[in-house]
Amino acid sequence: MKVPVNWVKDYTDINVSVKELADMMTMTGSKVEEIITLGEDISNVVVGRILSVDRHPDADKLVVCSVDVGQETVQIVTGAPNVEAGQLVPVALHGARLPGGVTIKRGKLRGVESQGMLCSGEELMLKEEDYPGAGVNGILILKEDYAPGMDIKEALDLGGEAIDFEITSNRPDCLSIIGIAREIAITCGTEFRMPEVSLKAGVGDINEELAVRVENPDLCPRYMARVVKDVKVGPSPQWMRRRLAAAGIRPINNIVDITNYVMLEMGQPMHAFDIEDIEGRTIVVRNARPGETIKTLDDKDRQLTEDMLVIADVKKPIAVAGVMGGANSEITEKTKCIVFESALFNAPSVRLTSKALGLRSESSMRFEKGLDINTVALALDRAAQLVQELGAGTVVNGMLDVLSASLEKRTISVRWNRINELLGLSLTVDTICGILARVGIETDVQGDTLTAVIPTYRNDIEGAADLAEEVARVYGYDKIPMTLMEGSAARGQRSRKEKLLSCVKNRLTGAGLYEVVTYSFTSPDIYRAIGYTDPAEYPQAVKIANPLGEDQSIMRTTLLPSILEVLSRNYNRRISSCRIFEINPVFLPKSLPLTELPDEVLTLAIGEYGNDTDFYTLKGVIEEVADLLGLGDRLCFERSSHPALHHGRTAQILLDGKPVGFMGEVHPKVLENFQLDVRSCVAELDLQTLLDTANTEKQYKALPRFPAVNRDLALIVDKKVTAAQIEKVIKGKGGKILEAVELFDIYEGKQIPEGCKSMAYSLTYRASDRTLVDDEVNAVHQKIVNALEAELGARLR
Amino acid sequence: MREKLEQIRLEAVQALEKLNSLNELEDFRVRFLGKKGELTLLLREMGSLPADERPVMGRIANEIRAFLENELETKTAVLKEAELRQKLESEAIDVTVPGKRPAAGKLHPLTTVLNELKDIFLGMGFEVAEGPEVEYDYYNFEALNIPKNHPARDVQDTFYINDNILLRTHTSPVQVRVMESQKPPIKIIVPGRVYRSDEVDATHSPIFHQIEGLVVDKGITMGDLKGVLDVFAKALFGPETRTKFRPHHFPFTEPSAEVDVSCAICHGAGCRVCSYTGWIEILGAGMVHPKVLQYAGIDPEEYSGFAFGMGLDRIANIKYGIDDIRLLFENDIRFLKQF
Repeated sequence: MKVPVNWVKDYTDINVSVKELADMMTMTGSKVEEIITLGEDISNVVVGRILSVDRHPDADKLVVCSVDVGQETVQIVTGAPNVEAGQLVPVALHGARLPGGVTIKRGKLRGVESQGMLCSGEELMLKEEDYPGAGVNGILILKEDYAPGMDIKEALDLGGEAIDFEITSNRPDCLSIIGIAREIAITCGTEFRMPEVSLKAGVGDINEELAVRVENPDLCPRYMARVVKDVKVGPSPQWMRRRLAAAGIRPINNIVDITNYVMLEMGQPMHAFDIEDIEGRTIVVRNARPGETIKTLDDKDRQLTEDMLVIADVKKPIAVAGVMGGANSEITEKTKCIVFESALFNAPSVRLTSKALGLRSESSMRFEKGLDINTVALALDRAAQLVQELGAGTVVNGMLDVLSASLEKRTISVRWNRINELLGLSLTVDTICGILARVGIETDVQGDTLTAVIPTYRNDIEGAADLAEEVARVYGYDKIPMTLMEGSAARGQRSRKEKLLSCVKNRLTGAGLYEVVTYSFTSPDIYRAIGYTDPAEYPQAVKIANPLGEDQSIMRTTLLPSILEVLSRNYNRRISSCRIFEINPVFLPKSLPLTELPDEVLTLAIGEYGNDTDFYTLKGVIEEVADLLGLGDRLCFERSSHPALHHGRTAQILLDGKPVGFMGEVHPKVLENFQLDVRSCVAELDLQTLLDTANTEKQYKALPRFPAVNRDLALIVDKKVTAAQIEKVIKGKGGKILEAVELFDIYEGKQIPEGCKSMAYSLTYRASDRTLVDDEVNAVHQKIVNALEAELGARLR
Repeated sequence: MREKLEQIRLEAVQALEKLNSLNELEDFRVRFLGKKGELTLLLREMGSLPADERPVMGRIANEIRAFLENELETKTAVLKEAELRQKLESEAIDVTVPGKRPAAGKLHPLTTVLNELKDIFLGMGFEVAEGPEVEYDYYNFEALNIPKNHPARDVQDTFYINDNILLRTHTSPVQVRVMESQKPPIKIIVPGRVYRSDEVDATHSPIFHQIEGLVVDKGITMGDLKGVLDVFAKALFGPETRTKFRPHHFPFTEPSAEVDVSCAICHGAGCRVCSYTGWIEILGAGMVHPKVLQYAGIDPEEYSGFAFGMGLDRIANIKYGIDDIRLLFENDIRFLKQF
């Protein structure tokens, strides 16, 4: 809400600087966004009276003017065709600054001294609508009688300041100059002066001109109208145009300007209809009929629905109630008789309609917050008064008022000390009542109970908490002492899940991975990018009804694409090696369409490319995480397949035999889809299940007291034999004395038969109660070798 | 005999002076003290001496032996020390060559900042609560005193799944969920991811992160809210940090406040970071609206509470001087390495 300071001064005095005022207002709840200095870019431009106009001796198109600029008379050369002696014009003197950073200096034009420049409207950044005549080609000829030497900013009201307030949705009353004036008065302790609204006697009787029928009083608790005859549509006076412009509203014509002026001043949106366009001279406030349409003032055709309230005549809608007028009843230059509408419309209804039509207006954004039923009448009279003051027409006596709600103020009763209890203050009841009186709330105290009479423009005040806020903001938030609550001094604790999660993250970063954070919505096409070929097989995903774009329209069911995108981004920025993980939920719908919330499954995804990474480095990281969670022995990896992964390098990860994720090298086609020209490995794990299953209890095991015996075992096996198979046999036959098995070399190539590989193991034997003797170890070792030969066709190398 | 002994001593002392290496020392030991050394050989001749001279000669010879052994030991130690010194000197390396670092990644800056915030509030006795990101309209709006068609819904442009289910626009629905399931006293913080349909730019992201706080008990006051947030701000931004509470409006708190902290960069003098105001807005807060308590089944006459919320991404940006929120979601390794 842009509030020109000079305008608001009509209704209250300002006894501090604008900067101080802005700070003070912010601290009482009207937050100042910006102080706008108007006409800042114009200086040293004054009103001048042209005394004489003479021909330039050496140029046909130039004239030499003698101009009275107050203190002195200066000579100025101009090429403008429209100057005449006796005119008042804007004069940029030597050193003047004009909008656009132009500086005017004295100089010679074709040999004749010129001590400045006469300005056109354009040079002062004025348009025809700002000042009549500003749009013509030539010097701006001033119409009012100003004293020569007067600052042009003062003369044309181009200067001053405006304060832009952020008005919160609970205070629609402050979307007005008087609302802000009231707040200034509260803040500065000055007096608030309501504008004097009085009408001179008019002509005739409105009942002979117009009828109003409200068919849906729930959506329109009050509808008022006045009629103005003999309207002379034309530009409104400069002061009104300047005020509208300074508040950010474009002046149009006197009638429309009056409705906007009243809206800004009082906060009550108004509308004016040409009465000739109201068929049957009857205004009907009703819901739109099926299939009805209207062309609104912004020249767009709008499809109306039955839940929308319209202003209609006996045949057709002429306005969307509280949102925008119709083009069919617009005020034009030919308009002779008008109807002023001032009404109260149901806030949610206006909001719904405005949203459905995609049409927000100064009017709708006020109505949708809930307005004052009493201002409706005041604003209507104010508009009529302005018509009279501006001589814009003849007001018809009387007004129509269809009212179905109470005009009375509400009262609320609260335990007054509750205000102190909420704020942590100990104000006396007198202090409380004094502050409330300042904000316009009358009070009556009986014992513990305070009864407050709430002004009708403060629909937001409902109970003790609201009164507490009024008291606090005037008393000063800064004066509320800081305390720390007493009571149970419970020490905060991280939950088990949080502690584990933190351990996992630290383990991963400790292993050299970077944590990444990515968006949780993605494109439905992403499944194709990660290798799904049949859309029927795409995982079911939660779909956003109003996404920012199709590519961000589903909630992700896998973190894999996000990980690949980050790998790709880094790869394409020439980062040679990248190891990352993300921990965030995936969203798995229980059924579609969604009737209950989807499962949000905390998921860990890892991705790597670069020098030292391969399938096994990634697997090692996962094994480390499993160990950390006490699940090392319960996790197993089985060769598997996944649309995104290399067929030969994919593992399903099982916990106690149940799948909890997968890992592998990314399929070359998927790499290509993500513009990755480097082998990359990824993994995705159901971290939720891992955390839920985690067992981090530790139990000490006695350190060995007897020496170990180490035996190496080099085998040649068929390529298809897996490490897991070999290890299973070794462990099966190793018995109690086999302490550890470690695979330390895999070799294929020279000296190894085609289709075979060599696998070298180091076996550690130990007994906890004695030193093992060779015979005992040899016996077990031989059993292992025999079993490997028999079961897996292994040969010793 | 005595002369011979003296002669050996003299020769030995002279030889000692010239010894320069451990090898020479060994030669010296062999020459004088070895089994076939001069002193040993001489002592073998003792038998031919008269009986009364033997003890005297024996004593002198032992003295010389002890003396030489002692000298030898001292000299050995000195030479060993010198030799070691030389060896180490020859092994000198360039200590300015960069170290061999273990591979180490980093937590995302949002996690680091969140951990810091959690620690501060855990220290004040808060516990951490969480809730779903895909949420019912009821918890996100209605139970927070934002009925359908309330203008406050415009401020938080919402992603909807359907009429009843949406992507939560703030972490506040968790307040209601906790109040429904737990009796006061309640003292929680709620970190989490939230969604608003803002187009992406340097200061907006449709996905960002909040951390929310809620305290409900008997006798909780706005003074407590101010106190807790002041402690928090000082812990996060330094002990000289000041807080400023400005009246504001939120549907779910009354009275409500916006909270500024004095700019940690310029300490209030005014700089680019604080737009030359000396203050940075970081928090929304207020006393829990009685209707919100009522919705959750808590009697607003008996209990009161406060709530606050802040943007984690914004805090991280302020703390690290990051000027574009998009960097947080790009995950360029060179960016992540910095935190």
